[in-house]
Amino acid sequence: MRKLVWLAAVAFAVLGIAAAQAQDTPRRGGTIRMTAPYAASFGSLDPHATPRAQDDIVGKALQRSLYNWDTANNKPVLELAKSVSVSEDGLTYTYKLRDDAYFHNGRKMTADDIIWSYTRIMDGTKGFPGARYVRIIKGAVDVEKGQAKEISGLKKIDDFTLQMTLTERVEPGYYFFAGTTAILPKEEVEKGNYAANPVGLGPFKFKEHIPGSRVVAERWDKFYKPGMPYADKLEVLIMAEAAARDVAFRNKEIDTSILGPAQYVAYRADPQLSKGILEVAEMFTRAMQFNPTYKPFADKRVRQAINYAIDTDLIIKRLVKDKAYRAVSWLPPSSAAFDKTMKPYPFDPAKAKKLLADAGYPNGFEFELSTSQNESWGLPIVEAIIPYLDKVGIKLKPKLVEVTVLTEIAMKGEHQAFIGSNLTGPDSLATLRCYYSKTPRTACNYTSFNNPEFDKLLDAAGEEADMAKRNDLLRQANNLLYEEAPVWFFNYNKAVLAYQPWIHGLQANPTEITHQYPENIWVDATSPAK
Amino acid sequence: MLPVLARRVANIIPTLAAVVALVFLLFSVLPGSFVSAMNEDGRSNIDPAVMERMRKEMGLDDPVTTRFAKYVTRIAVGDLGTSFRTREPVTKLIAARIWPSLKLVFAAMCFAIIVGVPLGFLAALRPGSTIDTAAMVGAISGLSLSQFWLGLMLMYLFALQLKWLPSFGYGDGGLRHLILPAVALGVGPMALLARTTRAAVLDVLNADFVRTARSKGMTETRVVEWHVLRNALVLVITTIGLQFGSLMGAAVVVEKLFAWPGVGSLLVDSVFQRDIPTVQGCILLIVTFFLVINTLIDLAYVSIDPRIRYG
Repeated sequence: MRKLVWLAAVAFAVLGIAAAQAQDTPRRGGTIRMTAPYAASFGSLDPHATPRAQDDIVGKALQRSLYNWDTANNKPVLELAKSVSVSEDGLTYTYKLRDDAYFHNGRKMTADDIIWSYTRIMDGTKGFPGARYVRIIKGAVDVEKGQAKEISGLKKIDDFTLQMTLTERVEPGYYFFAGTTAILPKEEVEKGNYAANPVGLGPFKFKEHIPGSRVVAERWDKFYKPGMPYADKLEVLIMAEAAARDVAFRNKEIDTSILGPAQYVAYRADPQLSKGILEVAEMFTRAMQFNPTYKPFADKRVRQAINYAIDTDLIIKRLVKDKAYRAVSWLPPSSAAFDKTMKPYPFDPAKAKKLLADAGYPNGFEFELSTSQNESWGLPIVEAIIPYLDKVGIKLKPKLVEVTVLTEIAMKGEHQAFIGSNLTGPDSLATLRCYYSKTPRTACNYTSFNNPEFDKLLDAAGEEADMAKRNDLLRQANNLLYEEAPVWFFNYNKAVLAYQPWIHGLQANPTEITHQYPENIWVDATSPAK
Repeated sequence: MLPVLARRVANIIPTLAAVVALVFLLFSVLPGSFVSAMNEDGRSNIDPAVMERMRKEMGLDDPVTTRFAKYVTRIAVGDLGTSFRTREPVTKLIAARIWPSLKLVFAAMCFAIIVGVPLGFLAALRPGSTIDTAAMVGAISGLSLSQFWLGLMLMYLFALQLKWLPSFGYGDGGLRHLILPAVALGVGPMALLARTTRAAVLDVLNADFVRTARSKGMTETRVVEWHVLRNALVLVITTIGLQFGSLMGAAVVVEKLFAWPGVGSLLVDSVFQRDIPTVQGCILLIVTFFLVINTLIDLAYVSIDPRIRYG
């Protein structure tokens, strides 16, 4: 009898281990059904033509860039090259390219494709958004201006060796992982109508696009990562309405769904749904930005006073339903230059009042705040801060504008203050350049920030080749921003992706949670999609 | 019939010209541009040099008069321009959306007619009865419900609870995916049709010629078939025409909710992203559809009621 019990126990243990292993071992086959939640259509399937996050969801499946974002280590890593060496001056990079990367038309990728793709992006007559990244290559601007036909900083050594000379000492991974710098096959683009039949280097091959509905792609068997992708098919389904996504997700018609604050609360409270929630602090900082041309905001004490006057934590908890992390400074926690020891401005109305009095505003003042309707960084938030500011004597008049108009207002400086969401990564140096005195308002210096000490730190960081030292300088610059308070530091977006129990390998990508590298994703046999 | 048709078509042209001018003017004064809209989600990023080039490429820096002249010249030869967003011809974008849109609109209208007209008719034949009360309560509810709420409830009931139908999407374009959005879109017109039919039938039932027909000993069925139905139909068809014509534009909410790839969802996306050529193209299509349907209805009047003549 005892023997029997032992045998049964061993059998159960073996079965348990086997089951656990089956859960961990990627299964080949099946269909991944992702959602594209940011609009009711895709802009373009030509990755060079569109900077939109929505379009890059498909782009990650069909296309590849020189670098990828390594979610596990939170940094860019080589994708289309096997190795890279850097010259002593830190400006010339020599890439040993993959010799096993095939376009979906069956042709092998070579250095010529990278040169051609970057040259296309710099076509000055096209206004391709990726030009902002490729411009870092020596001679790229000449092509953009029509003064040269080739980018002088790109040199083909042989089919699989490429030399790239930069104009500044930067980490090129931050520039060349973006979807807008994807490597495309010249012959396919030149056929015309590329957006209708995109051919790339990605793990999935384009099959079908029903505009306004979905994109379907099939496994690319010659993908260079052995055994990948796992799934046979990928569907990216357009679902712009959160409520409809919720029904579809609960009905098991989709595998992933991005959640808003209200759904986040409901999903967390549900015993089943709460098991499939992926969260990440995305690289977006939500903030109220002050225009110093409006006299009160020229005084640092006034800006600091506003940071002290608002109970930011309570607003995040009650209004944003904890679907955000309290902003401590401009750089998000995922940045290597983020100072983990920093504490946010505490809620201290008395201190706020004192600072206002010291600045010459004992009775406060009035200002107009331009805002959109956004639930996490728009009018609902503004309505919540009005009474806090009122208590210290500041009268806030909200001015509601369409979100499309908000950027335009900020660029033109036609505001006293505005509240919005800002991309603050992944390149901390580029992010902090938005506060560099020589950066124009039209670029991103919406607060017309001008601080010689900050400039000096940024200049030094730009010159520094040692990444640890560079990050230390950027950390100091970021801390200086905290002290100067050109904005009310509100929150960092907590991106939340709900996923079904049968889907595995999703990545908590802080650059954008919907941007999943689908070769890593697999679905187990319990998926209802065949 | 042909002279009537010619006159109606001649009337369409100035209406379309006015719409073209109005839409152009509206989007010229509206704040925000396609280039600034690229940053609207706070997730995309685009630098000023590129923005400048895009503005130039898209002709956004040209004076309004120049842009209008170019636009009118293009329209005159049937060219709706190039989408800012996709960099493809607007005609191509719209062409991909017309069939799903028409399918949805026709299905919604079929639902509205099949349910609404008999319901109104039955209610009118038994005024004050339980059928009448129930039909009119249903009609008022149908008119009051928001498409968004109704759509969600349909999804919840027929997809999530009963598992009869998919909750969203175009699928293979078949009936299974069409039913829920068509019903959500068709409930409003159905309710209006029920009320209009009831009112029209009641009106005709009290007319002198109906009394005369009855007094001549005609059976009630024959009275209804020959006199009531035919005469009430003019008002019903007018309502059908107006509803049918406006449904393509009204489908915006339903299309977005059900991820249905029609002209409405293309329009709403293009408005938010200030893709002006596409917006203009979509509005032009919707208005043309409305005008064509109403012209057809006008022609139908002549066939139904020979007393109607267009001078």
